[in-house]
Amino acid sequence: MKTQWKISPYLYVLPALLLLFLFRTIPVIMSLVIGFFEWEITGSGSFIGVKNYSTMFADEVFWQSITNTIWFVLFVVPASIVFPLLFASLLNQIKRLKSLFRIMYFLPFVTSMVAVSIVWKIIFAEKAGLANTMLGIVGIAPQKWLAESTGIFQLLANTVNLQLPTWMAGPSLALVSIIIVTIWKGLGYNTIIYLAGLQNIPKDYYEAADIDGASKFKQFFKLTIPLVSPTTFYVLLMTTITSFQAFSQVYLMTDKGGPLNTTKLIVYYIYERGFDALDMGYASAVALFLFIILLLLTILQRRLERHVHY
Amino acid sequence: MTNTLRMSTIYFLLTIFGLFMILPFIWMISTSLMTQSEFNKNEAIFIPKEQYHVWEDGTQSQRILVVMDKGDSTVVHVLNKELKIEQEYLSIPSNQIKEVIKKPSLSWENFKKAFNKVPFGIYFANTLYVSFSSLIGVLLTSFLAAYALARMEFKGKNFIFLLFISMMMVPEPIYLISSYMLLDKLSWLDTYKALIVPWCVNVFTIFLFRQHFKSLPKELFDAAMIDGASTFGMLWRIILPLSKPIIATASVFSLIGSWNSFMWPLVMTNRPELRVLQVGLSYFNQEASTQTTLLMAASTFSIVPILILFFLAQKQIIASAAKTGMKD
Repeated sequence: MKTQWKISPYLYVLPALLLLFLFRTIPVIMSLVIGFFEWEITGSGSFIGVKNYSTMFADEVFWQSITNTIWFVLFVVPASIVFPLLFASLLNQIKRLKSLFRIMYFLPFVTSMVAVSIVWKIIFAEKAGLANTMLGIVGIAPQKWLAESTGIFQLLANTVNLQLPTWMAGPSLALVSIIIVTIWKGLGYNTIIYLAGLQNIPKDYYEAADIDGASKFKQFFKLTIPLVSPTTFYVLLMTTITSFQAFSQVYLMTDKGGPLNTTKLIVYYIYERGFDALDMGYASAVALFLFIILLLLTILQRRLERHVHY
Repeated sequence: MTNTLRMSTIYFLLTIFGLFMILPFIWMISTSLMTQSEFNKNEAIFIPKEQYHVWEDGTQSQRILVVMDKGDSTVVHVLNKELKIEQEYLSIPSNQIKEVIKKPSLSWENFKKAFNKVPFGIYFANTLYVSFSSLIGVLLTSFLAAYALARMEFKGKNFIFLLFISMMMVPEPIYLISSYMLLDKLSWLDTYKALIVPWCVNVFTIFLFRQHFKSLPKELFDAAMIDGASTFGMLWRIILPLSKPIIATASVFSLIGSWNSFMWPLVMTNRPELRVLQVGLSYFNQEASTQTTLLMAASTFSIVPILILFFLAQKQIIASAAKTGMKD
């Protein structure tokens, strides 16, 4: 009986532990090493030191994919915080039809990125696409959307005949189209998380604020936003990590990260180097770079959270 | 601002946002029911319609194709019942031509055509097989591991717990390349095993179950121990029946996850007969890129099973999605 008690806990965790070790831990450790080898298609590698890394730092497409990814994250993350917080605070004030609205907002989140990307690709079609039809209704000229490599800020400046320096042109309209899809897809999840966070705030706070005569507007900025900050940190961390991983949208909506590589995000670049160019060592070097970025961001956000936590 | 005005503003805003969220789906469905020429003309944005001309000379009415309008008279092709050209270049008085618009005119053939163009039946079967196999694996491994982590004391428990958490934090793209090489070494590439076995463990589910086991009263376990129930028997007879709701929730999440997973099966399989739905759909996207209405039909039927699952379990899905985002 006694020995049975000592062995059995390990037997219970063994299946999960074994699978996790074999298919997560080992690959993660491997990915630290693979970047230092040159891998042939036959599967045998030869040690080449930091050559993949020096190639990477001199690779213009790599840096462009980093720039694209940074633009992508800078657009997706704030929008995925502001809109869900707004939706959730509105939802939190109603009683009727609440679940209907929740379903409407959550719907894109459960559907597959593949199907959704196909639909949005057609929405952004230059001819007969819904986006241009809608623009036509409000009297704006049709756009090239996914085929437009010009930066969004430059496109805006064009309307007043202004030429911006290249570094100020911003992400291409093609990348912005992909950003729109990504924000739309994730809004519902963050809204639900915020709604749960808002419901945790005691009602007395608002009642006290009402008695003090604070306007709803003021209550939102002075009460809701600070009190919901733990949720904001969670949403910030999760959305940042997931938006660095965007892949399917690029694969399905663009022609290999085009036009002019402006939609080539970092994970798509890893896929392309690894499975199109069959340069697994190089692809793995880029993957390790991404891993380090994500790790640093996680640590940074945890540090920040400790300071800001109310 | 009065209260009614405030509430109507809130409802108005929520409706506008809600419509924006579901607009792509509505458009997807309406486009999937149009003919390709109808879509290209872009006249019926949401409601599919059929538009044609008829020649009515008082005694009979026949479908025609207008070739050239010459003012008082028009040159037309006259069509027979099968819509084949019966008489070419006939000049008829313009005032005998009538335009007919039928709406809605739904072309369900898109679904049939899309389904038969590529073997979507096989893709569906593959997806179901892979999803349910890994679901069984996930439930088994998670149930056992979570039980030990929640209810037993043993050496190295904290280390195992930490390992689980840290593995959950590593995103899939990081270990994609190395997993490919590992599966290559195991000769598992291009097999169902590659799609199933690595996904038979899910740390999120382990935590979900662990939380649930911790919430069950301790007396329940003690009573069972006094009765002499073996640990495994206790798990089977007492804990399992009490865990049905949480198992249902975990299953729905696991099914949605594997149904929608794309990058892994795209990379790990190559043979067409092994394609899962998402991979098949992405190849169809490349092959039929100009056949918009077929693409929309294929997207629609690829989403439907998940939508049914979502509507059946939307309360639990939304509730547990909210829970995962909360700090305890």
